Amino acid sequence: MSETFTFVIDDKEIEGCFGQTILEAAEEAGVYIPRLCHLKGLTPFGSCRVCTCMVNGRAMAACTQPAAPGMIVENASERVTEIRKSLVEMLFVEGNHFCMFCERSGDCELQGLAYRFGIAAPRYPYLFPERDLDASHDDIFIDRNRCVLCGRCVRASREKDGKHVFGFVGRGPAKRVQVNAEAALAETKVAVTDEAVAACPVGAILKKRTAYRVPVGERRYDHEPIGSDIEKRRTAAAE
Amino acid sequence: MSQDHELERSVRAICQAHDRDAGRLLDIVRQVQVREGQVSGAALDLIAEELGQQRVEVEGVVSFYAFFSEEPQGRIVIRLCGDVIDRMQGAERVGKVLEDELGIRFGETTEDGLISLEWTACIGMSDQAPAALVGNVIVTQLATDAARDLVRELRKHGDPQRLVRTFGDGNNAHERVRAMVVNNIRQAGPVILAEMEKGSAIRKSVALSPAEVVRAVKTARLRGRGGAGFPTGMKWQFTRTAEGDTRYIICNADEGEPGTFKDRVILTERPHLLFEGMTIAGYAIGAEKGILYLRAEYAYLRSMLEEVLDTRREKGLLGAHICGKEGFAFDIRIQLGAGAYICGEETALISSAEGLRGDPKNRPPFPAQKGYKGCPSSVNNVETLCCVARIMDNGAGWFAQLGSECSSGTKLFSVSGDCRSPGIYELPFGTTLGELLELVGAGDAVGVQVGGPSGKMVGPADFDREFCFDDLATGGSIMVFGPERDLLEVASGFMDFFIDESCGYCTPCRVGNVLLKERLDKVRAGLADASDLDYLERLGETVRTASRCGLGQTSPNPILSTLENFRPLYEARLKSPDESLLATFDIQGALEESRGITGRDSLHFRREDGRQNSQEKGATA
Repeated sequence: MSETFTFVIDDKEIEGCFGQTILEAAEEAGVYIPRLCHLKGLTPFGSCRVCTCMVNGRAMAACTQPAAPGMIVENASERVTEIRKSLVEMLFVEGNHFCMFCERSGDCELQGLAYRFGIAAPRYPYLFPERDLDASHDDIFIDRNRCVLCGRCVRASREKDGKHVFGFVGRGPAKRVQVNAEAALAETKVAVTDEAVAACPVGAILKKRTAYRVPVGERRYDHEPIGSDIEKRRTAAAE
Repeated sequence: MSQDHELERSVRAICQAHDRDAGRLLDIVRQVQVREGQVSGAALDLIAEELGQQRVEVEGVVSFYAFFSEEPQGRIVIRLCGDVIDRMQGAERVGKVLEDELGIRFGETTEDGLISLEWTACIGMSDQAPAALVGNVIVTQLATDAARDLVRELRKHGDPQRLVRTFGDGNNAHERVRAMVVNNIRQAGPVILAEMEKGSAIRKSVALSPAEVVRAVKTARLRGRGGAGFPTGMKWQFTRTAEGDTRYIICNADEGEPGTFKDRVILTERPHLLFEGMTIAGYAIGAEKGILYLRAEYAYLRSMLEEVLDTRREKGLLGAHICGKEGFAFDIRIQLGAGAYICGEETALISSAEGLRGDPKNRPPFPAQKGYKGCPSSVNNVETLCCVARIMDNGAGWFAQLGSECSSGTKLFSVSGDCRSPGIYELPFGTTLGELLELVGAGDAVGVQVGGPSGKMVGPADFDREFCFDDLATGGSIMVFGPERDLLEVASGFMDFFIDESCGYCTPCRVGNVLLKERLDKVRAGLADASDLDYLERLGETVRTASRCGLGQTSPNPILSTLENFRPLYEARLKSPDESLLATFDIQGALEESRGITGRDSLHFRREDGRQNSQEKGATA
């Protein structure tokens, strides 16, 4: 058992242990810090910045910043929420997200964050980028219009599946996820059971022929906001 | 078939010459690029196979750097510097001439496969703009006539080096440099641009213990010259005491901040001073290996720098038992970049030197704890390391009394733009911006970009401020803008730069800069209202706060600092409140047709210029 210490998130004392990130310690204590590129079990990445907190007055990504004794973390304050909303809106306008036509609707983490933050429409103009599709694989479909460049597929394929099916190419606004082949996904070693496929938080990597197995209305975020599972831990602990 | 075979043979040979070391990927790809004119899909596969990597990893690297291309490029690539200063000096006219003469547009290659034409970010020649890179050869002060001749000559002999007819001053004329670049040293100071006897500072350093050297640097109160101003002694202390067997000293010669060229002059004229400083740093932190990360734009200096390193090895100033000091071994290798401003950020530089995409790394761990290849590393600016050598030679006390109370020593300024004497000025900290402007002959400056695009645009109200870490801190880029310049156009040009150079890793920088530029251009087009200024400020603040590294944390500065210091320029372009209900909608434009049909002006939306419709006028008459 590693040594523990306490720090503060929004006036609540949280217990952390050395080696934990702020996000991990918060989660264990039942405090939800919104996130998108973070996925339990993968190397923290720090790219979406949705988990940005004020730590001792400075903005830091909770998914990569180690928790430390005595830290004062601002998570649910107005200014932090404002930054996060802005980031989620940026992700919406950067891609082509049409929730009403997307089979991940109700099960999508980006959409879930928008609902949690009460975003009805982004304040920024849509950039309408041209992105491509890859339907070459028998069981898996890639729609880059919905990709948020979180790198979860890239990391999961490397760290969990041991395959390196995905990687990033290009830079700046031209950055995109590429498959490890000359042309298309079908040429790679990917399998529909890969963790990389399940890791996608949005509707960018989909399993073919599974779209409506879970009906609309019965999906993860249809009844409770994203993060509720984590917050329930605290309620359970308090009771 | 034989072509495929030839490619395979050459790519494998290049990989083997680099010991199939994936850490040398940049060097490998560069050689393939130079040899083949591209890094094709087949080459990606071959490199990946040789290095035991995945194709997509190699592709990720190739597609990251501006100087690599998966598509075929011409045998000679002309990269015209498209920086704001170069554009002010006529780069666009030069670009037009190049396009016409070559019969291609930017981004294309001539049909005979000889020449490709591209824009590139600042190549460190702002004091002799417009400038271009032709292959590795620098062409400066490129007038439109010269651009036409340049193309004709290249078509005749195909040798960029033959474009250089007269050499610049000092080492620009060195047989291994042979460049038309000039130094423009306008004012030399006692720290960087003074002479020094080779080895003198090292001999004095090795007479002390490494801890004493660190202490001397602390006593001198030396702070990093790259812009951030971190205390050098403290950085070394962290690196020295971090856990690990191997340590590295890395010199950041990726001078990419537009308007900066001081490191180019140091590398040209004071390479011994720099390498002396690196060697002392190696001694102080316990590193046996140093890396000079040299930006690709300065590749023309590489051969001379290699010769300097050889000379120092021969003289016992590098290698084993340096200056006879038992157990002190140190050597330096040069790592060439490949066209990416972000690699000037220290963790991105480390990624790049490791053969990866130039993505900044997550901190912690900091480079001092886990840097190059996971080993404790100290990344220091070229000018900082030169200061180190001087401190050890002349004494910490001597250095500490130079400059101002809060900032010791001197600072190199790279001055460009609307001034009489652009070039390099070594001045003590504490000099005011106004004093510098007087020296450079910029009496009528209305705006000065201090510290490059990532710094600030300041106006006359700030001219009495002092250059020092507590007031006007800067890496030394000073771009001067006269009364005829449109500062919002300048800011827009800087935003283009940041959009091009963002690595794309984090959301706020990747997306936010595009959005900032969109709204700034809306203001420039006269389509914005007061709420758009509020939008710019809030968005800029978010990008600044939430971005992962220094690039995104400073990229909104061109807008935020002009909003702060030149707000009337924005306000003058806003739509009047009665037209701003839907500011993007141009009511006057929409009414134009109906005015023509009805022959009279709108009663509600009068023409802005007060001009009456001609027919209407006729009717009243």
